[in-house]
Amino acid sequence: MKIQILGTGCTKCNQLFALTEKAVQDLELSVEVEKVSDINEIVAFGIMTIPALVIDGDVKFAGNVPSLSNLKEIIKKG
Amino acid sequence: MFKIFTLLADLIVFTWFKLPEASRWAGALHFFIEDVSKIFFLLVLMIYIIGLLRASLNTERIRVFLQGKNRFFGYFLGAGFGAITPFCSCSSIPLFLGFTQARIPIGITMSFLITSPIINEVAVVLLGGLLGIKFMIIYVSIGILVGVIGGMFIDAIKAERYLMPLAEKVQDISGDLKEFKKQKMTFHERHEFAKTELKTIFARVWKWVFIGVGLGALLHGFVPEEFITNNLGSGQWWSVPGAVLLGIPLYSNASGMIPIAESLLTKGLPVGTTLAFMMSTVAASFPEFVILKQVMKPRLLLIFFVMLLVMFTFVGLILNLIQF
Repeated sequence: MKIQILGTGCTKCNQLFALTEKAVQDLELSVEVEKVSDINEIVAFGIMTIPALVIDGDVKFAGNVPSLSNLKEIIKKG
Repeated sequence: MFKIFTLLADLIVFTWFKLPEASRWAGALHFFIEDVSKIFFLLVLMIYIIGLLRASLNTERIRVFLQGKNRFFGYFLGAGFGAITPFCSCSSIPLFLGFTQARIPIGITMSFLITSPIINEVAVVLLGGLLGIKFMIIYVSIGILVGVIGGMFIDAIKAERYLMPLAEKVQDISGDLKEFKKQKMTFHERHEFAKTELKTIFARVWKWVFIGVGLGALLHGFVPEEFITNNLGSGQWWSVPGAVLLGIPLYSNASGMIPIAESLLTKGLPVGTTLAFMMSTVAASFPEFVILKQVMKPRLLLIFFVMLLVMFTFVGLILNLIQF
């Protein structure tokens, strides 16, 4: 599994990144969480609001930071 | 329905603190307690309800709607969507590029970007609650109108000439538009979404409410009415552009601005001047311009900025002439 966080470095984007790392740790997964901050790459995913979370190339949500428990659910579902 | 907040303020100010009714401090404190309690109540209720509704709103769908629409109609749609989508200035670049990629004319994108910060649920709720439905309708209509006219102007001057290469490049790869689809949501997921929305918006907004209501309360208690009507009344045409200019560095969001506006209005500041001031504090902000610098050449930024100032000034002057 590969998790990417799309964001240009705004506060919410950093929040989501930190939260995702924590979720991955709590779930004891050995996944690398990658930050994507290049705007062209971000737009190429077809999203227009940031931050967004991508698992294996699929956008799971965009434009908000969910709660930790919610985020874990999303990651578990893959 | 809102009388309960007046009664609460009565109870605290006059019964518990036993302040004399005519004193300035009593007036200021009463205003503060009544407004803070009312605003917090309305905010919590409305952000949650709107969060439930908005959970399934997908900004990415909007550009599909806007794509290839009739120009004139497009400006209204752009501004309308700007009004209902939540706005975060950090998203303005991906949004701008996303629209450009779909070959939506830059003017329509600008209609969206102008109206989006002016109209949001927090502003609408507070305006309705504090200043009345009539004022709320005027504000919303003007917020949309300003977006529409601004968008038309931007297209009329062929502003795509002034885009940064970054935005031009995006237009070239517009062949395959990827669209991200949101999954259906259960009520529980909606509730979770609304709850997090409430938490984040409230955390951001509460201090502005305190500052705004605090300033409004001081104005209310200590600035005599004659001072405002004599110096800033509708007779003084320069007070409108003055208010607009003053509003720019005072970057704030609508939640802090509205209690101040309420106070100014009751002190006799004309409606047009008040509205012009509010819109310029909310819409024209430096942080936003710094972000937009990535996609617009300085020339376009300057045009955009001056255009906003001119529009707000005209809105103010015209409303002052009509007199509500």
